Amino acid sequence: MRRRIAVQEAAFDVNAELAALSTPEAGGLASFIGVVRGGAGLTALRLEHYPGMTERALERLADAAAARWALLGCTIIHRVGRLELGAPIVLVATASAHRADALAATAFLIDQLKTAAPFWKSEAFADGSQRWVEARDADEAAAAAWRQDLPPPPEPL
Amino acid sequence: MHVLYFAWLREKIGLAGEDLTPPPGVATARELLRHLAARGGGYGAAFANEAVIRCALDQEFVPLDTALGQAVEIAFFPPVTGG
Repeated sequence: MRRRIAVQEAAFDVNAELAALSTPEAGGLASFIGVVRGGAGLTALRLEHYPGMTERALERLADAAAARWALLGCTIIHRVGRLELGAPIVLVATASAHRADALAATAFLIDQLKTAAPFWKSEAFADGSQRWVEARDADEAAAAAWRQDLPPPPEPL
Repeated sequence: MHVLYFAWLREKIGLAGEDLTPPPGVATARELLRHLAARGGGYGAAFANEAVIRCALDQEFVPLDTALGQAVEIAFFPPVTGG
């Protein structure tokens, strides 16, 4: 399986990443792109990570996905540093012969990534204040559901 | 060993990391955390609530009650919030 893992400040080129992921055997590519969501005066996020450990955690997640689904490729790119409203934060993409594997693996990877990789977000607001984001129980539940081999719970509205 | 702090622990302590030798009687991550908390000041503030502290030994997530053993690096941080 082609595996590409990156933690970087720079933006990623989704089209180029998907093109690189595709192979002649692939019947489908699935992708998820997380972006900075606005609201409540938020102006930007700042993301911090644990260099070395973070990359290894992402590599392991990719390998876990490949062990569970028939993947031809897996790309995980996570940005760090200051990210403005609407900016892409994370790209998870997988390639497989059939869509079910790619779709499930992509959902698994983004759910796991939220609880198994050392990243921390802080929020910057228009009034100049800053606040560290707290972990959400719903994220832990979504990640745990995969471990129990149950379908993940729906995202809260 | 090398001790790393991330996110609001780093901010409260005012350091990204430091080298120290665990004193006698400090055998687990939780004992090291309490040893650091006893320094007071930013350390006391950072480690006041153990329930929101997570830990990695040699870059592997571990429970706080894990023995330090021969680990050369330990990191303390809040629950992760990536993605």
